[in-house]
Amino acid sequence: MMTETISKAQQNRADQFAAHEEWVTIGRRSDLIPGSGVGALAGELQIALFWLPELYDTLYAVTNYCPFSGVHLIARGIVGDVGGEPVVASPLYKQHFSLLDGRCLEDPEQKLQVFQARFYRDEIQVLQRRASGKKARAAA
Amino acid sequence: MSKQTLIVIGNGMVGHHFLEQLADHPDRDCYEVIVLGEERHAAYDRVHLSEYFQGSNAADLALGTTEQYAAWGVDLRLNAQAVSLDRDRQTLMLADGTELQWDQLVLATGSYPFVPPIPGNDREHCLVYRTLDDLDAIRQSAQDATTGVVVGGGLLGLEAANALKGLDLDTAVVEFAPRLMPMQVDAEGGLLLRQKIEALGVQVLTDRATQRIEDGEASRHRMVFQDDRVLETDLIVFSAGIRPRDELAREAGLEVGERGGVVIDDQCRTSDPSILAIGEVALWKNSIFGLVGPGYQMAKAALATLTGDNLAFAGADMSTKLKLLGVDVGSIGDAHGDQKPGAKLYRYLDEVSQQYRKLVVSADGRRLLGAMLVGDNSYYDTLMQYYSNDLDLPSKPESLILPASEGGSPALGIDALPETATICSCHNVSKGDIVQCIHDGKASLGEVKDATRAASGCGGCAAQLKDVVDHEMAALGMEVSNDICEHFAYSRQELEHLVRVEGIRDFHTLRERYGKGLGCDICKPAVASILASVWNDYVLEDQHVGLQDTNDTFLANMQKDGTFSVVPRVAGGEITPDRLIVLGEVARDFNLYTKITGGQRIDLFGAKLNELPVIWQRLVDAGFETGHAYGKSVRTVKSCVGSTWCRYGVQDSVQLAIDLENRYKGVRAPHKLKLAVSGCTRECAEAQSKDVGVIATENGWNLFVAGNGGMRPRHADLFATDLDTQTLIRTIDRFLMFYIRTADRLQRTARWLENLDGGLEYVQDVILNDALGINKDLDQQMARLIEHYQCEWKTTLESPERLKRFRQLINDDSDDPNVVFVEERGQIRPANQQERAKLIPASNL
Repeated sequence: MMTETISKAQQNRADQFAAHEEWVTIGRRSDLIPGSGVGALAGELQIALFWLPELYDTLYAVTNYCPFSGVHLIARGIVGDVGGEPVVASPLYKQHFSLLDGRCLEDPEQKLQVFQARFYRDEIQVLQRRASGKKARAAA
Repeated sequence: MSKQTLIVIGNGMVGHHFLEQLADHPDRDCYEVIVLGEERHAAYDRVHLSEYFQGSNAADLALGTTEQYAAWGVDLRLNAQAVSLDRDRQTLMLADGTELQWDQLVLATGSYPFVPPIPGNDREHCLVYRTLDDLDAIRQSAQDATTGVVVGGGLLGLEAANALKGLDLDTAVVEFAPRLMPMQVDAEGGLLLRQKIEALGVQVLTDRATQRIEDGEASRHRMVFQDDRVLETDLIVFSAGIRPRDELAREAGLEVGERGGVVIDDQCRTSDPSILAIGEVALWKNSIFGLVGPGYQMAKAALATLTGDNLAFAGADMSTKLKLLGVDVGSIGDAHGDQKPGAKLYRYLDEVSQQYRKLVVSADGRRLLGAMLVGDNSYYDTLMQYYSNDLDLPSKPESLILPASEGGSPALGIDALPETATICSCHNVSKGDIVQCIHDGKASLGEVKDATRAASGCGGCAAQLKDVVDHEMAALGMEVSNDICEHFAYSRQELEHLVRVEGIRDFHTLRERYGKGLGCDICKPAVASILASVWNDYVLEDQHVGLQDTNDTFLANMQKDGTFSVVPRVAGGEITPDRLIVLGEVARDFNLYTKITGGQRIDLFGAKLNELPVIWQRLVDAGFETGHAYGKSVRTVKSCVGSTWCRYGVQDSVQLAIDLENRYKGVRAPHKLKLAVSGCTRECAEAQSKDVGVIATENGWNLFVAGNGGMRPRHADLFATDLDTQTLIRTIDRFLMFYIRTADRLQRTARWLENLDGGLEYVQDVILNDALGINKDLDQQMARLIEHYQCEWKTTLESPERLKRFRQLINDDSDDPNVVFVEERGQIRPANQQERAKLIPASNL
């Protein structure tokens, strides 16, 4: 029950954040760990940032909240790929979430919110609009 | 209906098995059970009696405990000897005058060692080998002795010789027949067996009939043989066969055989139908069965007779696979070839590598009637399958006993076995059971083992079980793959080899050369572990940090609510009051839940990510080091207080534990490693449940390996005895390193050893005899790990760059509002879901 309530609140906050469509600076490249994740606050939302220099220097951003454990810890997960799709493994119970569309590979009921993120010079920027688009709808 | 009184006379292995079967039977509540045991010990494992001199104690050998019996509702009376039966009144009399009434009576009185009628056989220091008390007497007698003789060169005699040798006596075996083990082997096999046993330093005298035993000149005894030759010795153990303990039955007028034994039918009924007999006291079709397997079958049949189930004793196969004094001896069916007319023999003798094998084949050449093996039992399983399943022999049966290089056929293909073929005889698992199990979705050897218990008894069928599983999975089109994951087509062992031999020092290089993709949460931590086990670099280096599991990344143990626990090293469990106070103060100041761990240290729970560096700064300043509780690495070396304080201690177990822990701290391995050191045989540190356990002896240290608590506990195996400290440490170095090199990922030493071809003996051969010639290399690798040890927390605190990682959020320093605690028993604990709903402000959701 509780986890559901929180999930709903997460959704609201993500919607709120996405209501304004602009790139927001939330940190610097030096705050990141190559090949790994860190947590950051975007508006009032905790997100997880993964910087993969080996994959075209891509920066991925998803919500930091793990729907299985009810804890903000996605940023602590190991990143990798499953059949070529970049994923993060939740560190408590090891479910895999796609970094492209946030869906959980083990449980179609659960997913993370996905955001566009980029480097602007030395800054980390997140687009205040969910990068869900077709993929997220297709997964849902 | 009122309960019937069932009395079982005898509490040996077979009697115990009977009770075990009864306890599992739906009719168990129909009986009031009384068990009479003549010894002071409850039932114990007589088959492994010789281990009593190799570090095992009575508790290790115990089959049943008084608690177990109580739980079964069985009235176990030890030191209770039945002296007479009154069949008319259905009562029996105990030695102390107690009279007991029975409705059903089971005789499981076993047998006694036969002592040949030689004048002088009752002299002091003339002993027998059957019970724990006998063994204590032998040990006592051996204390002031230098030589010992076993009279009897059969199976039990050679066991006894092994025991005497284990007591450091110059040992000789005297056999009346012209060869050793006359029941199991023929003249040629006997000769080979003799050579092998003599090479082990045991003197073998055959064709010797002892005439009398008298005072010796240099020793306690002098044995005089038929030709007036003599042999002096301090200690004599008679092990010249067994005789059934049938005196109660005999006096009560039950039918007994000419040469002893209570006559039973297929239902295990004696001539008095209210009395059953099982085990070595029972005589079935003029045969006594001196093996435990047939005894167990009788126990099952006897129970069926009581409960009206349909099961009869139909005789038993006396095939055996033995290792006596380290020499393989196997005997299948009619090993001598003298039971069926027209039987043909094939024999293979290799005097150089000392192997002898014989096949007994039916007159038409199509069936295996028996076989005999000396020196190499690896042929046993295949031959046994031909024999017990009545399979058609190949056109050239001799190929079954020839070495592969001489045209020998490979072991019997799994395909050729019928579904009914028994794979694991300990747990009675057939090939069909295993196949079914795989069809039911068990997709690995481990899962099949857990589901069927196959290969978890003596372990002798492990290789064959693996073959069946692999074969069946392949047949179903399931992939039998040792690949670690989709990114590397290599097993962990292969990756370890590549990293070590090619000097690869980071994941990127390994993946470029041998892998693909980005990696994943399987291969990354596995490679991180391999790199650490080979090079022992700082795990939070840029090229390593992304590979680590969360616990390694933050050098702490993440708990269910995302907070961490902190465990500083307390080597050997020894801690000064001042340091204990520091731990208490840190816990109090950071409001941490505090609990003592099973590894004799203190765990501080509830630390938030950003608190970890501050907490550790305090701990490092006070002289603490990281405890590696977060890593798949050496954890703790538990110890008892040892000879320093304990009146029983014989060595300083605390000092050794501290030395071992400081030596191996920070060593990463395929899985966690736990060690322990006990200062005496009382074993208060529980070393025999550890990956590496050390137990002090008068002469040094006994080393045990591959023990395990956890989900499937495993008693450690005795690896080497009476080592001096230096040799002990060198042996542990090599054992750990060999495990680290060859285990699968996340495989503890217990499962590793169980799954390793050749098992314990192979590892002993590698480590103690340097069979692979890698010991020097293992030593160097361990030396490198020890040399490169660092306290990871100390290193981390010195680097502001690394400390950045210990933040919940890169752009906000406030606490994570979702982490909330409540108080319980005077300390914090994570709030449960209902509590969180109340405690977390809605605005934070």
